[in-house]
Amino acid sequence: MELTGAEIVARCLAEEGVEYVFGYPGGAVLEIYDAIFKQDKFKHILVRHEQAAVHAADAYSRSSNKIGVALVTSGPGATNAITGIATAHLDSIPMIVISGQVATPAIGLDAFQEVDMVGITRPCVKHNFLVKDVSELADTFKKAFYIATTGRPGPVVIDIPKDVTQKKAEFSYPNSVSMRSYTPINKGHPGQIKKAVQLISEAKRPLIYVGGGAVLSDASAQVTELVRTLDFPCTNTLMGLGAYPGDDPKFIGMLGMHGTYEANLAMQYCDVLIAIGARFDDRVISMPNHFLASPKKIIHIDVDPSSIAKRVKVDVPIVGNCRDVLEEMLALLRTTPERPDADALQTWWKQIEEWRAPNSLRYDQPSDIIKPQFVVETLHKLTNGDAIITSDVGQHQMFAAQYYKFKRPRQWINSGGLGTMGVGLPYAMGAKLANPELDVVCITGEASIQMNIQELSTAKQYHTPVKIVNLNNGYLGMVRQWQEMFYENRYAESYVDALPDFVKLAEAYGHVGMRISNPADVEGALREALALKDRLVFMDFMIDPKTNVFPMVGNGKGLNQMALPPHMRHLQQTPTLKERDYGNLS
Amino acid sequence: MRHILSILIENEAGALSRVAGLFSARGYNIESLSVAPTEDPTLSRMTIVTSGSDDIIEQITKQLNKLIEVVKVIDLHEAEHIERELMLIKVRATGKEREEMKRMADIFRGRIIDVTEKTYTIELTGPGAKLDAFIQAVDRSVILETVRTGASGIGRGERILKI
Repeated sequence: MELTGAEIVARCLAEEGVEYVFGYPGGAVLEIYDAIFKQDKFKHILVRHEQAAVHAADAYSRSSNKIGVALVTSGPGATNAITGIATAHLDSIPMIVISGQVATPAIGLDAFQEVDMVGITRPCVKHNFLVKDVSELADTFKKAFYIATTGRPGPVVIDIPKDVTQKKAEFSYPNSVSMRSYTPINKGHPGQIKKAVQLISEAKRPLIYVGGGAVLSDASAQVTELVRTLDFPCTNTLMGLGAYPGDDPKFIGMLGMHGTYEANLAMQYCDVLIAIGARFDDRVISMPNHFLASPKKIIHIDVDPSSIAKRVKVDVPIVGNCRDVLEEMLALLRTTPERPDADALQTWWKQIEEWRAPNSLRYDQPSDIIKPQFVVETLHKLTNGDAIITSDVGQHQMFAAQYYKFKRPRQWINSGGLGTMGVGLPYAMGAKLANPELDVVCITGEASIQMNIQELSTAKQYHTPVKIVNLNNGYLGMVRQWQEMFYENRYAESYVDALPDFVKLAEAYGHVGMRISNPADVEGALREALALKDRLVFMDFMIDPKTNVFPMVGNGKGLNQMALPPHMRHLQQTPTLKERDYGNLS
Repeated sequence: MRHILSILIENEAGALSRVAGLFSARGYNIESLSVAPTEDPTLSRMTIVTSGSDDIIEQITKQLNKLIEVVKVIDLHEAEHIERELMLIKVRATGKEREEMKRMADIFRGRIIDVTEKTYTIELTGPGAKLDAFIQAVDRSVILETVRTGASGIGRGERILKI
């Protein structure tokens, strides 16, 4: 049957089982919108700014194992989408972004609303396509979904000129796709897996370090089994939170710039490190030289070969999907009698417990001013740790990561790689649409939330009753913290003056607004808000403006050189590994 | 250290810019880049001369492989290989320089492919170093114009880059 290009676009999305398209219409995509209007296979969510469409589609992917789709017009629609695309790219999130383009004869003539979308997005996509012939549309969609979801996932942009949406072609959606230039590897090399198991059996001070790759490959069950089989300590990166249950004693907390004392010291002083879908980035290990100054053997499992040996040389690289590799590793472990030296492991656990004892996340909640940590902890308690939490970027993001103990993967939605302020609210909408049965809470700050505040309108229109926890300290908190610690309290442009009345603002958009200033009211307010199941509730928590995030690994410092919270400042500046009998690693 | 990377890449619009963009975005050097379709018109073969430590070359190779349109990448420096580059050089050829230029072209096994009363255009092929040597050998003031293709490379013997 002959269909127009626009109809083909709609049919392709339906064939891929797409449930929602997040977008904003404009001249170059009018045909596509007309085709969407005439079908009933998927719904369209009209955002108020294209950036939010892409973030919402991104969160839809992150919070489910389905794939988010965004649709924007050419020119400004396309450029507004860039931040969203780059955000998804740095966190390897599968996503399809369809952008309109001016008609093919007008390309390159500086036509109205023309930008070179393929050129602009090239450095921040997994791949992109400009479709110049309507007969190639269906194949391109098939390839785009395949590329976005396989291997190391990522966003794929399909740029479609207006005349291509108007021309007709025979439509049949391909059943399969094969590309000679793109053949992702899933299974790990058996020889390497054997080497890894051998190395594991020799470990005296092991650590399992789990990143976002384990979440993306749905390897959480395998990670959990590995940790429990071996009785090894486990730490998660910011992106890996939830891959191993945060309330389990074998979990020693998040590591990195704002990781726990025990996780960072274990990372520094382990002798065998099993890295699973993590990439040793600067916010995790800080300086590679310092990190490697304490000798260790590293096993690195990653689906992307270029992630291996990028910042840190490893001893046993294993290229493959984390889930597949761990399955094979667990199978081998089941038939391998050798286990690591139990005494050494016990000694290592004893050391970790000593590091854990002072509780580097301890804080005091005074009676007169709300501490942000207290809000997150109370939220965790009231939601039983089951809510999907989205965050923006800054101090509140770190408090959310530290104090909400995530139980399962895809429960923690944040911009780890690009660190994009303004994602929180659109993320919450996307996550709620993907998981309507779950509580979705956006933990944000008064600065971040204003970067996409207009989406309160979208949330009203499509009835996405998310809860917003605004940790309002009147500052760009993380900027202020750095200025306090490294710029002698010169708070250059970090004070957010002339803030709106968020309660009235929420009400103006048709939502419920609350202001909470007293610590005694925190629990009651959260309870009340969570009970309003069918309303978006904006909770404006007036918090202590001077609270800092600890521990903190400052720029250029090693993982064992953390700035610690006040109650731990009497401890040694650079804690070393106690001399105990771990034996020697052969 | 200098390396020559041979790349098979889908002969599609934009493929070259993905490679060039990768090098600039990640701060890798390109000394030269040459590309043209192969006997299979759907495939192009690209030769990139770059430099860096072994770690950097490993990353470059991995990053190139990650590009969706790249089919295969090899580092020719891993084994015996041949490198050739073509240069067209236009020189002033008047008076006694005219005879000198002819002799110089002969010594370097170049060919004079265009002649005017005042100029010669010489075609020269060889490894990049040979072309450099020719430029060094002639008086800089007689060189009017040079154009070089950048290196092309191929493995020696049975070593074949094919899909």
